[in-house]
Amino acid sequence: METFKKIFNTSLLVPIVSILLGLIVGAIAMLSGGYDPLLAYQSLFERVIGSPYHMGETVRAITPLIFTGLAVAFAFRTGLFNIGVEGQFVMGMTGATIVGVVFDLPWYIHGPLAIIVGAVFGGLWAALAGYLKAARGVNEVISSIMLNWTALYLANYIVSSFLSEPGQQKSKPVHESAFMSIDWLVKLTDNARMHWGTLLALICVVLFYIILWRTKQGYELRAVGHNPDAALYAGMNVNRTVVKSMFISGLFAGLGGVFEVLGVFGNQTIMAASPGYGFDGIAVALLGGNTPIGVLLGAILFGGLSYGSGGMSFGAGVPSEIVRIVIGSVIFFVAAHGIVKFILKPFMSKRADKRKEAA
Amino acid sequence: MDQSGAVVQLKGITKRFPGLVANDSINFELKKGEIHALLGENGAGKSTLMNILFGLYQPDEGEIWINGKQTVIDGASKAIELGIGMVHQHFKLVQPFTVAENIVLGNEPKKGMTIDYKLANQKVKEISERYGLKVDPQMRIQDITVGMQQRVEILKTLYRGAEILIFDEPTAVLTVQEIDELIEIIRNLAAEGKSIIIITHKLREVMAISNSVTVIRRGKVIRTVKTSETNERQLAELMVGRDVNFKVEKTKQQAGEVVLSVDNLRMKGEQSKMALDGTSFHVRAGEIFGIAGVDGNGQSELIYAITGMRKVQGGKVTLNGRDITNESPRNISTAGVGHIPEDRHKHGLVLDFSLSENMILNTYFKPEYGKSGFIDYKAMDELANRLVKEFDVRASGIHTHARGLSGGNQQKAIIAREINKDPDLIIAVQPTRGLDIGAIEFVHKRLVDARNEGKAVLLVSFELDELYALSDRIAVMYEGKLVGEVDAEHRDDEQLGLLMAGNAEQRQAGGEG
Repeated sequence: METFKKIFNTSLLVPIVSILLGLIVGAIAMLSGGYDPLLAYQSLFERVIGSPYHMGETVRAITPLIFTGLAVAFAFRTGLFNIGVEGQFVMGMTGATIVGVVFDLPWYIHGPLAIIVGAVFGGLWAALAGYLKAARGVNEVISSIMLNWTALYLANYIVSSFLSEPGQQKSKPVHESAFMSIDWLVKLTDNARMHWGTLLALICVVLFYIILWRTKQGYELRAVGHNPDAALYAGMNVNRTVVKSMFISGLFAGLGGVFEVLGVFGNQTIMAASPGYGFDGIAVALLGGNTPIGVLLGAILFGGLSYGSGGMSFGAGVPSEIVRIVIGSVIFFVAAHGIVKFILKPFMSKRADKRKEAA
Repeated sequence: MDQSGAVVQLKGITKRFPGLVANDSINFELKKGEIHALLGENGAGKSTLMNILFGLYQPDEGEIWINGKQTVIDGASKAIELGIGMVHQHFKLVQPFTVAENIVLGNEPKKGMTIDYKLANQKVKEISERYGLKVDPQMRIQDITVGMQQRVEILKTLYRGAEILIFDEPTAVLTVQEIDELIEIIRNLAAEGKSIIIITHKLREVMAISNSVTVIRRGKVIRTVKTSETNERQLAELMVGRDVNFKVEKTKQQAGEVVLSVDNLRMKGEQSKMALDGTSFHVRAGEIFGIAGVDGNGQSELIYAITGMRKVQGGKVTLNGRDITNESPRNISTAGVGHIPEDRHKHGLVLDFSLSENMILNTYFKPEYGKSGFIDYKAMDELANRLVKEFDVRASGIHTHARGLSGGNQQKAIIAREINKDPDLIIAVQPTRGLDIGAIEFVHKRLVDARNEGKAVLLVSFELDELYALSDRIAVMYEGKLVGEVDAEHRDDEQLGLLMAGNAEQRQAGGEG
């Protein structure tokens, strides 16, 4: 329980003030550009929670961010900076697409198989960077960032050579039996693309906690993350732990990609650039302080803002560049909570003084 | 100058840090030409006070008077201007530079646009001759001994015209002979009219060198006494605040079977040098085997080799007759080796783990701490609670981060964990480094207890007092091998010092004589 409490223990005040500060800076940017910030924020919220469809689509936008956020946070907890979540995400998509398109199996095998293969694709892709670090001392930041490009072009090659109809810029659709949408929810939300991945993402949030804080494996992973020298002293195999950690991180990332295919699009396009969820995952993990609940909240904030920002352009005519400034400033203040704490310090200490007086 | 002849007067100095008062209205006076020891345990506030005098901290309250004038010292450069010099515990020298270059650094004699090296060398030579500090101005720092480097540090302050010299734990890194030389140098400086403050927690040195002593405990001055009117026992009592048991109770006992045997161990070091160059010895059950030596002669590598943390290129390590050479640390640990590591922050603890989590750092995989891959937090906490009680680890709870514990309590936690493993061999490296007297007493007692219970104890230490207090046998390590054993019963610093300095002929002469 102690650890559980610790996760919730981070004061809520700082993040809330951070978001407000970000919105204020965003408002200033909009004002100076001659746009109405109030109208813009109103449209943002309307877009996020205005209709069942938009609510559903917001959830759809949040889901992959939970996966990629967890992936980055997991690696971070074990002392690794997995900047290759993007590539692992793409590999997850590819694995799911291969199984979904090539095989035709009963639904209770097909879906799970596609999910597992996709996740393992992501996991192995990350483990590759982990292995290079463990065996050759290659910095995982460099190798995983390069593997992002390898993953993108490998995926495009597989899709265009083996999985697509001639002349099409995307794969054949995955078979119905592998598709993961939740039909009654889709109906309920006026055809928003709701799928089981969201549920699995929430399960992964819990799994993240259980693996790291309940299991012996997690104990090892955290020990290596905090202090590899002490881990060596304690007889842990630091190198093997690095590979394991990257593999698990990649599993999360891969799952994110899996559901983009099986839950949202039903096929995989030949991509000019990678989808970006992996890089957003870095921001999400940062926002969430690398805790599972934090990642969930961070994904909600980031996903909500990204999806809702469409409303700002649509409802208040704010150009997308300025929308990015607004999102950026919110993220900035949330991430740079040190600054916010500094600003809040006089108020906080006054409160503490009062408490002391009261005592 | 003041009528009393005081060059430094600190009046009512108070310095607060969040959560503690490091200096609590301290009064301190340094007279011209005197050697004044500032004695106190770790964390008593000695260094804080001296950092205030050297301008690195600003006091919250109080006045500083230098040469009878009240001054504000708002930086090291101001302190230097006032003639205050500090010789830090960890030298601040540029390794590839020559002695002279280091000394004039920041205050170089110029010839037009370039540095006048000839003049620099000449000046350095002048000062070094005047104060009897023998150095070769043209040597590079990386090629000279630690004792020599310290002389360079002293010369640096003299070159800048220091009249008041502060030495921060100056003997921590020196051999016995070098300590004697340093004491001589300090006496010379005082005779030349320099006023000297020595920060230390070593009573022996205080008695050997100083004219007066100011004892600080928990940020307060306890008393200032003349060295000639006090003794070690009284000083220790003042420093700790209670009666101190110096002598570790240790009865003679017959050592048993050989537990650890190390045979001709060889390990590559940095560059081309061998870190271990044919090290051989054995440790028996029920004895404490002490290894003396100056830091950096392969002690750390020896321990890494025995515990499996680093691979050796040759030789053999056997534990209870079983070959454990180059086995994994896990296998060696479970074979019956407990290891109290040299650096408790780097190896001994995961500082961001709770105290409780740290207690199972090298046993977490065992079934008693959880089955089927999960950690049994209840069992872990039970263990932690038991050990905390048994070994008197003071923490605000077993769930506080190890980072939040004092050094002594961190060390107690490690010792608790290692002894609880019930190993046949306990390796203790510098087990009391940075601890206060109370904690040292505790650690020593636990090690002797372990020996009395029939465990083999391998002790590596740079503190001769510690080695003599604990060891049944003492060997000296020099450049990767053991160069000789000395009598652990009858202390002979002279002989030990010569061995530590690598003087093998003297060893033979001493052996015959």
